[in-house]
This record gives sequence, C-alpha cells and structure tokens, in this order.
Amino acid sequence: MEKTINITLKVWRQAGPKAPGRFETYKLDNISVDASFLEMIDILNEKLVGEHNEPIAFDHDCREGICGMCSLYINGHPHGPDTEITTCQLHMRKFSDGETITIEPWRSAGFPVIKDLMVDRGAYDKIIQAGGFISINTGGVPDGNALPIPKPHADEAMDAAACIGCGACAAACKNGSAMLFVAAKVSQLALLPQGQIERKARAKAMIAKMEELGFGNCTNTGACEAECPKAVSISHIARLNREFLSAKFAD
Amino acid sequence: MMQEQATAKGTAIDAKIPEGPLAEKWTNYKNHQKLVNPANKRRLDIIVVGTGLAGASAAASLAEMGFNVLNFCYQDSPRRAHSIAAQGGINAAKNYPNDGDSVYRLFYDTIKGGDYRAREANVYRLAEVSNSIIDQCVAQGVPFARDYGGLLDNRSFGGAQVSRTFYARGQTGQQLLLGAYSALSRQIGRGAVKLYARHEMLDVVIIDGRARGIIARNLVTGRIERFFAHAVVVGSGGYGNAFFLSTNAMGSNGSAAIQMYKKGAYFANPCYAQIHPTCIPVHGDYQSKLTLMSESLRNDGRIWVPKKKEDAEAIRAGKLKPTAIKEEDRDYYLERRYPAFGNLVPRDVASRAAKERCDAGFGVGSTGLAVYLDFADAIARLGEDVVRARYGNLFQMYEKIVDDNPYKTPMMIYPAIHYTMGGIWVDYELQTSVKGLFCIGEANFSDHGANRLGASALMQGLADGYFVLPYTIQNYLADQIQVPRMSIDLPEFEEAEKAVNDKIDKIMSIRGNRSVDSIHRELGLVMWDFVGMARDKEGLRQAVEKIKDIRKEFWANVYVPGKPDSLNVELEKALRLADFIEIGGLMARDALQREESCGGHFRIEYQTEDGEALRDDNHFSFASCWKYTGEDSEPEMLKEMLDYEFIKRQQRNYKA
Repeated sequence: MEKTINITLKVWRQAGPKAPGRFETYKLDNISVDASFLEMIDILNEKLVGEHNEPIAFDHDCREGICGMCSLYINGHPHGPDTEITTCQLHMRKFSDGETITIEPWRSAGFPVIKDLMVDRGAYDKIIQAGGFISINTGGVPDGNALPIPKPHADEAMDAAACIGCGACAAACKNGSAMLFVAAKVSQLALLPQGQIERKARAKAMIAKMEELGFGNCTNTGACEAECPKAVSISHIARLNREFLSAKFAD
Repeated sequence: MMQEQATAKGTAIDAKIPEGPLAEKWTNYKNHQKLVNPANKRRLDIIVVGTGLAGASAAASLAEMGFNVLNFCYQDSPRRAHSIAAQGGINAAKNYPNDGDSVYRLFYDTIKGGDYRAREANVYRLAEVSNSIIDQCVAQGVPFARDYGGLLDNRSFGGAQVSRTFYARGQTGQQLLLGAYSALSRQIGRGAVKLYARHEMLDVVIIDGRARGIIARNLVTGRIERFFAHAVVVGSGGYGNAFFLSTNAMGSNGSAAIQMYKKGAYFANPCYAQIHPTCIPVHGDYQSKLTLMSESLRNDGRIWVPKKKEDAEAIRAGKLKPTAIKEEDRDYYLERRYPAFGNLVPRDVASRAAKERCDAGFGVGSTGLAVYLDFADAIARLGEDVVRARYGNLFQMYEKIVDDNPYKTPMMIYPAIHYTMGGIWVDYELQTSVKGLFCIGEANFSDHGANRLGASALMQGLADGYFVLPYTIQNYLADQIQVPRMSIDLPEFEEAEKAVNDKIDKIMSIRGNRSVDSIHRELGLVMWDFVGMARDKEGLRQAVEKIKDIRKEFWANVYVPGKPDSLNVELEKALRLADFIEIGGLMARDALQREESCGGHFRIEYQTEDGEALRDDNHFSFASCWKYTGEDSEPEMLKEMLDYEFIKRQQRNYKA
C-alpha cells in the first residue's frame, strides 16, 4: 500500500499586485508521500475548481528542477525544507502526517507579487541585459578549440553557470540582495578567456543595475548559498567583489 | 542506386530545394539569395514567437543584423523555455576525437536515424552548419566539458558510432539556452529586441495572403493585444503534451501550430512522435509530468530485466531486490538483440524493446512497467567518482524523485513521450505554406524524419535560429522593403482579435462540471493507449472517434473559473487543451493513413519477423501535409514526395 499523509496548508492569497493579501487555510487528506509538492498543489487546485473556486496561482513549468520558474517559500525556506532542489523536486515524503505547511511567495523588494504565489522576477532579466553577456554577434567567431581552457577553470565556470535564475538567493537574504545571482554570471565569464575583454565593464554595469532595481547589499550571512537549489557557492561573491573593486580602482 | 520511386503524383507542394550536388546546395543558395541592405533592415519588423534555442537564437541574430524584433514567450523570462531541460548534449561534425566523423557521416546518421523520412538537402545543411554552432557557443562563454589539455571533450550518443556530442555536464540544454539568452539579453538591452514575456500568441494575422502580425494575450492582465510585423517566425516547440504526461514542460503546447494550421499552414507528419526510452516510470494517478533521464546514461549504464518470469514477479511484489539477481539470470536484451550498437541503439528501437519485455511479463517496479538501467559495472570499471563526475546531477535528480540511491541499486526507467518530429511544414527556407510565416526548431517538421537522434534537437534549434533563418528570411524580406508598417486597426487585425475574444467567451460561458485537467488526462490516456508506442488500424480508428467525443465533451462540459480579463491559469490551460484535442485528432488520422512502420511510428501490422519497423518506400516515401478545411470538415492530406537522390535507403540495421 502507498503511504499517505493528512496535512493542513496555510497559503498566501492575494488577488493582485495592489490588493491586500491574507493566509487561507486548506485541509488535504490522503496525499501520497510519493507526490511532488506541486502535484499536491495540483490536487488542491483540482478540488478548488471542482467547488467552483479560483485555484491558487503559482509559477512552475519544467517540473524537473532546471527552468527556475517555481518559487515557493515553504515553512520559511525558499524551495522548502530539502536541500539542493527546487520546489518542483520537493516531495511530500519530506513532510509528516498532521503537519501544517505554510506557503508564501518570494518576499523581496525586487520581486513584487503578481497574484497569490506568483511574483515578477523581471529584475533578474534586466540585470543580465545590463552586462551578463559577451558582446559578439552570430558568425565570424574562432574555432571552438582555438582557445584551450584549463579544465579546472571550465569546471568552476560551469559550477557558477548552473544558476537557474529562480530568485531563491534574494528571497532568502535578509537584505534582499541579488549578489549570488550577479556573482554567478560575473564569475562564470571572468573565469573564461572569452570573458576577459569586458570583465571590468561587466562587473560595474551589473552591480549598478542591481542597486538601481532595489536589491540590497551583501552582508555575508550565507543564507543565499544555503538555500540555492543549485548549490552555487558564495566564493563567487568573493570573486565578484574582487572584480568590482579592481574595476573601480582601474577607473 | 535509388530504390524504386514512389508513384503518387499530382502534388503542388514545392520544397524549393536548390539545384546542384548535395554538398553545394546551401552554398549555392547563399550565393544567389536576395539580401536586405542595412538601411532597409531598420525599417523591417519581425515577430519571433518563442525564446527557446530556436526562438532566442533567431531573435538575437536578426536583431544583431539590424532588424527590429518583437519576441514573445509565455513564461516570466526567456530563460525558462523548455530547451533548458535538454540534458545530454549537442552533435557536431567537428571530428575532434579523430574517430572518422565528417559532415557526410553526421548527415548520413541523421537521415538513417530518421528512418529515411527526412529531406536530404535539409539534413545535409544541418550537418554542414553544426560546427559553426559549437564555435558560436564557445565564443558566448558556454562552459562545455573539457579534457585535461583544455580542449573540448566529446561523448558518444545513440545511433552513432563516433563521439560527436559536445556537452556541459548533464545540463547542455541549459547552457546553450543561457548562451542564446545572453545574446538575446544584449539585444534587448540595446533596444533592438522588444521582449513580451508572459504573453501567449493566440492567432496569426493574415493580410492579402501574407502573415503580418499576431494576436497575443497578456497573461498577467488578460488583455488581448495586436502586434504588426513584416514577417512572423514561430519557434514554439513541440506538441507532446497532447499525451498529458510527457517530458515537456507543463506549459509546452501546440497552440501556435494549430493557429498557423488553421490559417493555411500545412501540419506535416503529425504522427511522428518520439518516445524516449529512459524516463522515470509513472507512479501515481496524480502525476503531472514525466522526468527524463538523459540518454547519455546509456553510454555507461546497462539495460536489463530478469531472465526468469518468477524473478520479475518477485521483484514486483517487493520480495526480491535486483542486486540479488545473479548475472546469468539477467537479460541484457539490447546487447542480446543488437550486438553492434548494444545499449546505444536509437531511441525508438530502445523504447519498443522495453515495451516488448514488459508486455511479455518481465517488467519490474511495482507496476511492471519498468526496466533496469544498471551502473554497477561502470562503477566497478571506472570508480564511483568518475561516474559521479559524468552523471552526478542526474543521479541526484533520480534520488530526489524516487528516493532510491542509483549508485547502490539500479535505476528504473520506462519510455515516455518526449519530442515531436512532426510539426508545421516548411520549405527549404523554413517558410510555411503561408507567405511571410516561418517556423523553426521543434515546431517545424523539417530535419528529423520519423525519428530524432539524441543530441540533434539542440543542433537543429540552434542551426535554424543562428545560421539558417537569418539568411533565408532575407530572401523573403528583400521584396518587402517598400511595405510600410501597417496599422493594427486594419480590419484583419480587428477580425482576428474578435475571433479570439469569441472563443474565450465561449469557453468561459460553458460552465460545465469538468476541470480542464480531467479532460486533458482523458485525452492523454487515449493517445497513449492507441496512438503511442504500438499502433494498429482498429485502435487508431477508435482513437479518432474517441477524440471526437472528447472534443464534444470539452466544448459542452468544461468549467473555467475566474474572469477572462485577468490572470487566469485555468483559461490558459483550456485554450491549450482545445488545440491539443485538434492535434490528437490529426496524429491519429496521420498514423492511420501511414500503413507502414518507420522510426517513432510503429504499426503492429507492419513489422519484420524479428519485430523491427518495416518501411514501405514504394507507397509512403512522402511527408504527409495536412491542410485545414474548416471547423467541422475532415482535413485534406497532401503529399510532399521524398526523393532520395544521393543515398540509398536501407532497412535500418543496428544489429551488425
């Protein structure tokens, strides 16, 4: 027999960006522990629709932990109690029978609520648009093997590039800082020979945009690293700080 | 030597394949096509729908060239497109490992892998531009895997005997998409691309026989909006979610394809759907999607089921562990049946072989619908650290979902719908049968024939977006430089918007007692049971009727809460489901008419003595092109004949 649990949910409901929000309580019985957290919400939403009520709005898409769209703050943790996973990979076996589970949207000045558990993370796109790229056009580039890259550099760049842009770092941070997100991109490109030419300009432009968009500063609490579903290390923030300072000194 | 040519004639479908020898066609085309000069590019607007590998690379490249681009995605950011979930890698004919690869071999493997149902000229071009894609991505800062000398590393993949697959751990799609996204972001930042995130295309607007814009719904406000462009490019991905359960993202849909189809674009080969052999098996009726485990796992994992039925039964009952089964009592059925390719046979072959063993009673897992993918030998040979370095993130994903440690006990896998080779018909220029309407990436039907090889989807999406469409679209736009920007108040825009609003009002007014998902699950079951891995005439006839009933049920009994003019996820799903029902019908009809087995399309009636797909080149060497004829009339099927001028078609053989 499949193991099931009974749970109580306290879910943040908010009709729109300007509307006042509140917690609603829902009870769900006989939830399979093999169901994913989002499948549990699907079950609740099916129930709500069946009762001709509006379902809970939440962001999700790939449901395999890579698109970065899911974004729930569960029992006080971005992406819930498990480590190195996104909400869509969280399974109900991580909760116990009779437990009350609190679900909120990301709470951060940089991510305004759109509806219920859905937030606007357009700010992260804007930070990338400010400099998170190498300025080359399609075509006319050198052969892929023209520039050898030491394997440790390529591997570390890949560690940073694993960021999925979900926003858990800023949501976890008491300062609402997006430093880990910015650091992941700056660090990836600073480690690669292709990224050298715009290295200084990139660090300055991305930091400036981050500050302009209302994200806070980093005070090294490490909450971002602890909650990051892809385990992006705060050592990248250290590299970002070095990049930024050396760019400033060069001015 | 060519085999006997198929005889059906009388089609007006012209793929516009350039003259000349195979290896010179693309060069000839580029040398003679029309171009648009820089001053005129600024005056031309192009809509690109979709921000996956195809859409993002096309939008970025077109904007770099100087066109004004409007780019749409339904997600909150272009970086979320489902290309991001591709794991294993991207093929290219670089021959860096010096193992005998070439453009011709990549072309040949792709044509053969597609079971000789793709156009030679398109596939050759794909192989030809593959190397440029790798160079482009490296230049963007994509952190591909490298060896200790600092050069790019390659792995092997199903359907090939060379190592030509470039990869970035198990996240190749993510890294390639983020590369395209960074190029796109740069163009958004400089104002050359206007991004419309959380917008969903709901119709294409045709003026004087040419695509001139789209109608889209702002998913946040619910507002219906009009957009003009001189040309429309759609890269909206595949329609695998017609099966409800698939490895696609929850929002992946076939609606843009159906809108194009209803406006005159042919829907080609809808029945060619790929069932991926290595997915995590279904576990409950609340399940929302299936998770793929990269095919790259088949490089080192060995697939098996118990040799004895009683062992399989004991495993299903939870009385026996797989690790307790002795080597001689295991059936490594792919190695047994296909000694030359072993566990690396193409996806369709591996999927059917798994189904065959499970149907015969040797399946494992609680449902009996699973086979083992075992790494014990690889761990013994290479050490756990090497296996972890190669597949660590996949093993972690598996463990989080299934709660089982694949380093200690074999993974369980089963086939699932993954990719659709069929799609909107396009000519050599990637233009649909509607002028000014282009279709790229998985959304079109062009390069994979009846089956796609692993690591070829990323290649095709980026080939279309970086290196093909940006050329071919100019051949069309060169004639459009005198066309001024049109007003979105023209009657054609007004009518298209009204039709969209009428459809939404109709859905909202039904107020029945079925949720969208409950009807979608019902459709999915019909698709899996009758239009899935093994199809036959009787089942497909039933499917056509059942899908008609589901269509009636939807339009009579669906319930969508909330208001249309606000954020309404149920309405979004309902609009997509209405189109999946149409696609399901097309898939079943197409599978019914194709009385042969080829690639991902397997008809039980047409197989060799040892159970392999049996093609019929005399009668079915064509792309079936379905033409919309109206809401309540049967679609008409046209044929684009596939003439094989350059290679000899053979029965696919992965045994020796």
